[in-house]
Amino acid sequence: MFQTVALSGSRGERQLFSDVSVTVKPGTLLAVVGENGSGKTSFLRMLCGLLSPDGGAILWQGKDIRQLKELYSAQLTYVGHLNGIKDELTPVENLTVSASLAGDESSGAIVQKALEAVGLVRPVHRLPTRVLSQGQKRRVSLARLWLSTRPLWLLDEPFASLDAAATSYLTQRLHAHLNNGGMVVVATHQEIAIPTDSIQHLRLTR
Amino acid sequence: MSQPSMSEALRGVIRRDLLLAMRHRSDVAMSVFFVVIVASLFPLGVGPESAVLRVIASGVLWVTALLACLLSLGRLFTADYLDGVLEQTLLIPQPLAVLVVGKVFSHWVISGLPVVLLSPLLGLQFGLSGDSLWVLTLSLLLGTPTLSMIGAIGAALTLGLRGSGLLVALLVLPLFIPVLIFGAGAVTNSLAGIGSEANLSLLGACFLFSFAFAPWATAVALRIALE
Amino acid sequence: MSGTGINWFKYSSPQALYPLAGRMIPWFAALALGLIGVGLYVGFFVAPTDVTQGDAYRIIFVHVPAAWMSMFLYVIMAIWAGLGLGLNARPSFMMAQAIAPTGAMFTFLALFTGSMWGKPTWGAWWVWDARLTSELILLFQYIGIILLRSSIDDLRRADRASAVLALVGVINVPIIYFSVRWWNTLHQGASVSITAAPTMAGTMVTAMLVMMFGFWMYSIAVTLARMRCVIVERERHPSWGKQASMPDAVEAR
Repeated sequence: MFQTVALSGSRGERQLFSDVSVTVKPGTLLAVVGENGSGKTSFLRMLCGLLSPDGGAILWQGKDIRQLKELYSAQLTYVGHLNGIKDELTPVENLTVSASLAGDESSGAIVQKALEAVGLVRPVHRLPTRVLSQGQKRRVSLARLWLSTRPLWLLDEPFASLDAAATSYLTQRLHAHLNNGGMVVVATHQEIAIPTDSIQHLRLTR
Repeated sequence: MSQPSMSEALRGVIRRDLLLAMRHRSDVAMSVFFVVIVASLFPLGVGPESAVLRVIASGVLWVTALLACLLSLGRLFTADYLDGVLEQTLLIPQPLAVLVVGKVFSHWVISGLPVVLLSPLLGLQFGLSGDSLWVLTLSLLLGTPTLSMIGAIGAALTLGLRGSGLLVALLVLPLFIPVLIFGAGAVTNSLAGIGSEANLSLLGACFLFSFAFAPWATAVALRIALE
Repeated sequence: MSGTGINWFKYSSPQALYPLAGRMIPWFAALALGLIGVGLYVGFFVAPTDVTQGDAYRIIFVHVPAAWMSMFLYVIMAIWAGLGLGLNARPSFMMAQAIAPTGAMFTFLALFTGSMWGKPTWGAWWVWDARLTSELILLFQYIGIILLRSSIDDLRRADRASAVLALVGVINVPIIYFSVRWWNTLHQGASVSITAAPTMAGTMVTAMLVMMFGFWMYSIAVTLARMRCVIVERERHPSWGKQASMPDAVEAR
């Protein structure tokens, strides 16, 4: 179980949100919605432990993530607003490195399969990522979710610059993860086609 | 649940950075070329008397190495910062200081090692010979990793700031002074026929000290920069 | 990282500090004025003329205490910076920020008076004496910290990044000092040391100590005054104290 307790955060001099208490149970998804600049990205980065809260706490299985440190990092996969992939490397190289850094299996076959799962065809796998389109780069970044074996996924606008096909692959993948008892927090503008009983919304306002 | 072992994570970071360096071979070539040019300018400015050149050789070559390290510091974290890889690195479930050691090692292989390998040639240009040439190379081999370590702190502190290139120089150069003194001192001593062991041991001590302390400070600075 | 503890220090609020600092400043300023006055009087009129150096040596009554203060303030600044990082305490960072310029000023004063003393004594404005060189490097470090802070817009990052740099610097100062001395013994050229006055009369020591305490009080007064400026400056930002009233601050502008 993953929860925030009276969490408040600010960016620079600006208060973004305060007193946010939510609980994400296994098999459920938390959709963080709100207009641009409402602090969705900061909220997600805070959940990752990249940003420290002004007040309140984030608990993983009842323990403060600031005490857990690396133990907590080992529970999550974060797909940020930035893709976190290297332009000079090929999609295969990017995924192989990031999977091995995450401690996931990174054999060639598995990486190929993950890239195919996001709809990237084989010829693309060996090109430098630099020459791919925005949407394709995003797919490479999201392909990490097909390699991830971690229970908590934190996704910042994962649907941005994805076409309909890729959106549906990702939705299916999220669905499968939830059915496995995983937890997902998504910052998004879009409706996600997930059964309503496993989704809750958190609206951040400016 | 998955977690890489410490050595796996370390190797992963190093492998990626070296792979990237292979794709950007011109970057490596540039820092080598920079060192050669700067070192060649001094004889032109000072004059070709070999006695004078021998006296200034250790200082000039060491300052050149310092500048080469400084110029390449911008590459250490900036690209990773801009494309989000640094963010992901912070989330690797191993102590960040260990991963920083990996980054710094790759940085040294790319920017420090070429200078070390080149130094005998540059030493010859300045009329060094025999023992002192060997001491110059050894002192750079011991000293340049320390420069990369200390430089990493500055690079992390100035990450993403405007004018960070100049700022990092102002922050880091004073911290380089002990390494410069011991490194250049080793060569000077060997020229004077006094043993250079003391200076070399002190360089070694600087390395060990920075190895124990700098990655940790860099890790703290990186977390601050990414907040 | 930091912040695992309770944020209790955060609540010892700058708002409370502001008037307190205001009340303390006149006392420290008066003490500083008195002590520096006495110190200068003893140094320039009471202390005996040096046999070898004549009256030129009297600059050391400013030089030596300034050099002491420059190092002392660096350590104090680093301690505040460390406290700030450890306790996540904003007022500590403000203290570190307020101390830096005074420290830099004393470092500069030490260098300046050192070179004024050097000219009549050694016949050169600058000698690569170990202490002078270390002092110069200390000045670089102060400037580095001030510059780093001023080039970061985000206050929180500025506070913490300059704190890290201050801490790195405080570890480096002794190493640098040691290495410069090593270097100096290597190059035998300028081996005259500024404080090599062979026998110091009791009055000289007294004058120096009085001057040092005067400088100390001065540093406290100036730091507190600058602290008030820092508080007012930060008050303009809406993140804290939007609701807090600070009549004093308005008046001070």
